Amino acid sequence: MSSSDDDDERIPFIQRPEWSDVRPVPQDDGPHPIVPIAYHDDFRETMDYFRAVYLADERSRRALDLTTEAIGMNPANYTVWHFRRLVLEALNVDLHEERDFIDEIAVRNSKNYQIWHHRRWVAEKLGPQAADKELEFTMMILALDAKNYHAWSHRQWVLQSLGGWEKELDYCCKLLEDDIFNNSAWNQRYFVITRSPLLGGLQAMRDSEVSYTVEAILANPQNESPWRYLRGLYKGDTDLLVSDNQVSDVCLKVLKTNHNYIFALSLLLDLLCYGFQPSHELKRVVQFLGKTETDSSDANLATTICSILETVDPMRSNYWAWRKNNLPSQVC
Amino acid sequence: MEDLVAEKHVKYILSVEKKKDDFESLVLEHLRMNGAYWGLTTLDLLHKLGAVDPDEVISWMMECYHQDCRGFGGNIGHDPHLLYTLSAVQVLALFDRLDVLDIEKVSDYVAGLQNGDGSFSGDIWGETDTRFSYCAICCLSILHRLDKIDVEKAVNYIVSCKNLDGGFGSIPGGESHAGQIFCCVGALAITGSLHHVDRDLLGWWLCERQCKDGGLNGRPEKLTDVCYSWWVLSSLIMIDRVHWIDKDKLTRFILNCQDRENGGISDRPDNAVDVFHTYFGVAGLSLMEYPGLKSLDPAYALPVDVVNRIFFGKQRAPSLLAS
Repeated sequence: MSSSDDDDERIPFIQRPEWSDVRPVPQDDGPHPIVPIAYHDDFRETMDYFRAVYLADERSRRALDLTTEAIGMNPANYTVWHFRRLVLEALNVDLHEERDFIDEIAVRNSKNYQIWHHRRWVAEKLGPQAADKELEFTMMILALDAKNYHAWSHRQWVLQSLGGWEKELDYCCKLLEDDIFNNSAWNQRYFVITRSPLLGGLQAMRDSEVSYTVEAILANPQNESPWRYLRGLYKGDTDLLVSDNQVSDVCLKVLKTNHNYIFALSLLLDLLCYGFQPSHELKRVVQFLGKTETDSSDANLATTICSILETVDPMRSNYWAWRKNNLPSQVC
Repeated sequence: MEDLVAEKHVKYILSVEKKKDDFESLVLEHLRMNGAYWGLTTLDLLHKLGAVDPDEVISWMMECYHQDCRGFGGNIGHDPHLLYTLSAVQVLALFDRLDVLDIEKVSDYVAGLQNGDGSFSGDIWGETDTRFSYCAICCLSILHRLDKIDVEKAVNYIVSCKNLDGGFGSIPGGESHAGQIFCCVGALAITGSLHHVDRDLLGWWLCERQCKDGGLNGRPEKLTDVCYSWWVLSSLIMIDRVHWIDKDKLTRFILNCQDRENGGISDRPDNAVDVFHTYFGVAGLSLMEYPGLKSLDPAYALPVDVVNRIFFGKQRAPSLLAS
């Protein structure tokens, strides 16, 4: 329940002279409510008055204020939002004010679909001049919850529809400095380097991005995101992935630490399946792990990797067993 | 292992009717249609749909139906929306009462929400999300009216939301998220388009959602939550990779999320229960063939016997995984 200072001072609608001409309409739960809901009096009264203006289609200033109160009590009620938009259009309200209103309520309701959708509707109407404010807004929400899916969707829409790409890569860098495990930030990074009209595209960015990603991997090899990001940089081009030494090198480096090497092994396994020819050093390191982790000894590197993974990642042992049984013939 | 306290869950769902004055309840008023679907499908999975009078439900539902535009709202007096239209159609399918619908008009409403790029909006206000692609496709399929939309465009739009990790987001470029993945894979399954999915790649991403506590999360480095027992699991089943997760550990996780005293299931152990998580927990158990539960179709999110009835009368099981 929102705990605004006004709660104690709320005057019931029945006592407000400006509403004396309206007869409130109670909720009709049907003759036999199947999932009936009990109500607080304040909420009940507010919604009864809302229903009255909604049914009368009264698109007035007081109706707008009423939707503000109703939203304050239950911001997920999508019908109230619909009606609010109709009223805003009818009254031709300055949408900058509306944007300020959303700023106020969004923080407490940052996972609410209706608020984000309403925000987008307002931003669309305000046009490209709104871009900066929208990026600021999402940044504010992400400062509270850096993985908020709605905020990221909105931010991506803003960039593509209204612009503002200039500082986006820097923003991703900052978020990843705050939390290198933030998968949303990694996803956004990929979004920027592949779609920003200001950067050169994936090809041009690849080398610098590989360096960045390798550093992130080495700092925390158990971090799933940079491993996936690394693969993404080669965009399905397995020959390129196999031939770039930086990829196999990072696997080797992690394996040599003898710690948090599951993702390294899994990438190495994929490289082998794509035709990668491992160095003697790589083979040695893996065989050593094989001896320490498993009972079996196997000359085949890929099979050894699968056996190790079955042991050290038992939750997914069926997956690793399947991989073992489905190695390409040239690897067996 | 702890048991599923099925009787308690039935009592919990039925008791939502008699719930005391409670703020938690009143904010759900606008999505009662979803609540009805979650509660009733759970009852059916527990073989207790008979505890509810279909006529009472249907008469309430039809008051949520808009005569002008032919969609369903979340409750009486609420504007129509695709989310609630799907739930309504699913509930009617549970009761085998799709005959109460003007199928042409309802399917026209749904088809009318398709955009030029193949995506779907939730309602006239235009919010676009792959969730709505699923709602539209599932709904029209149940009504045997998929031909009213441009299926190819719808599929192409979904494929444009596919990411390099094999997963899907809400919009092109959106982060892969288990909930969105369910919607996209479900829509592709229903339209016979699963060949667009890299099953091995996505299967691996999905099985990496299983965490040390045995539960599933929705994205890397996020917390586990019972609802992912549905979204991740149903996706894995649709692409025939469910054997890649540890079912025992997941089962144990779900059972630990039960309120064994009062019934209901919560998002994670020792949290407050709700109908949403109760449904997803029981649904997840059903997908893992927990004894005593009806089988659930992973694409339509309805019991298999209901889906059979929709497509084949009562003759034979559909091969929904045909690729």
